[in-house]
Amino acid sequence: MSPLPQSQTAARQATADDASERALARSPQAAFRHGILQSVPFMVVIVPFALLFGVVATEAGLDIAQVMGFSVLVLAGASQFTAVQLLSDNAPTIIVILSALAVNLRMAMYSASLLPWLRQATPGQKAWVAYALVDQSYALSIQHYERHPRLSMTQRLAYFAGTAAVVCVPWMIASWVGATVGQAIPDDIALDFAMPITFLAMIAPMLRTPAHMAACFVAIAAALVLAGLPSGLGLLIAAPLGMATGALVEVRAERKGR
Amino acid sequence: MQVSDMMIWVVILVLGIGTYLIRWSFLGALGDRDMPGWFMRMLRYTPVAVLPALVAPLVVWPAATGGEPDPARMAAAAVTVAVGVLTRNVTLAILAGGVTLAGLLYML
Repeated sequence: MSPLPQSQTAARQATADDASERALARSPQAAFRHGILQSVPFMVVIVPFALLFGVVATEAGLDIAQVMGFSVLVLAGASQFTAVQLLSDNAPTIIVILSALAVNLRMAMYSASLLPWLRQATPGQKAWVAYALVDQSYALSIQHYERHPRLSMTQRLAYFAGTAAVVCVPWMIASWVGATVGQAIPDDIALDFAMPITFLAMIAPMLRTPAHMAACFVAIAAALVLAGLPSGLGLLIAAPLGMATGALVEVRAERKGR
Repeated sequence: MQVSDMMIWVVILVLGIGTYLIRWSFLGALGDRDMPGWFMRMLRYTPVAVLPALVAPLVVWPAATGGEPDPARMAAAAVTVAVGVLTRNVTLAILAGGVTLAGLLYML
């Protein structure tokens, strides 16, 4: 890459400062609207995904109240699909819960990484942030906070609220629509495979590093070898094996990098 | 599904509370407490290990065919992963996989 001409670098610096000034000058309402605006593109993913959850869960035998119970009380796409899949496999309740919780463990990492930015928020505010802490609201907010470190606490919370509103509310509404539509879909459509396809589509973009690929590969190999075990049990062994593999490969790659 | 309505609600409630506690953990109770490095490292790989382990047997031995390996479903799975890796677009990958499955089931 050739170095930028001096003037262009300066211009870029000025734009960055402008963005920062604008972010700092926003009223809470404006920060909320800014959060909403930046999350709108995510609706393209969230709405079809939630529709699919409603349809698939209804086909599996859940009623609308249960579908909404999942989408409002759990509010975590991948784990909702996991729970419904294992429920329809008639896996033991404890295995359903443990597996679905395992999918959500990554959110502890989000919680830890937001803490330095939200430490001064009241316990009540933190409780609300925790409820709406999903992949998208986390990813957008942490980027925003790191880019504009001097934002006030109110601006930070307002921005988070904006992203959360756009991500969480359509999730619930589209789940309801999906569940309503699902009751009208005839049973002979090959919906049995909608869930595997959805999972695969979610996994594929995550395979960013050799560590992620190794974790995925080991988890698949172990799950296939252990497929004879009572339903869900193989998963509880295969998943930690994959996680440990990912962590090991990451440590190795870091050592090599040094 | 042979599970009772009651048990489904138990799963929803326990999973809801558990997920909330995971999200609240560091913001709330744990605060700045340092967790072991290996633990935080493993968290990063939970989705990429749990979801493939869940899905692999469903792809190789689909329930709909009574557990017989099925070329249409294998092909659909392969197309989904390929499109997902290449485009990094979840919706596009789901669409590509769905179209492949529908097309192959129609033709075969």
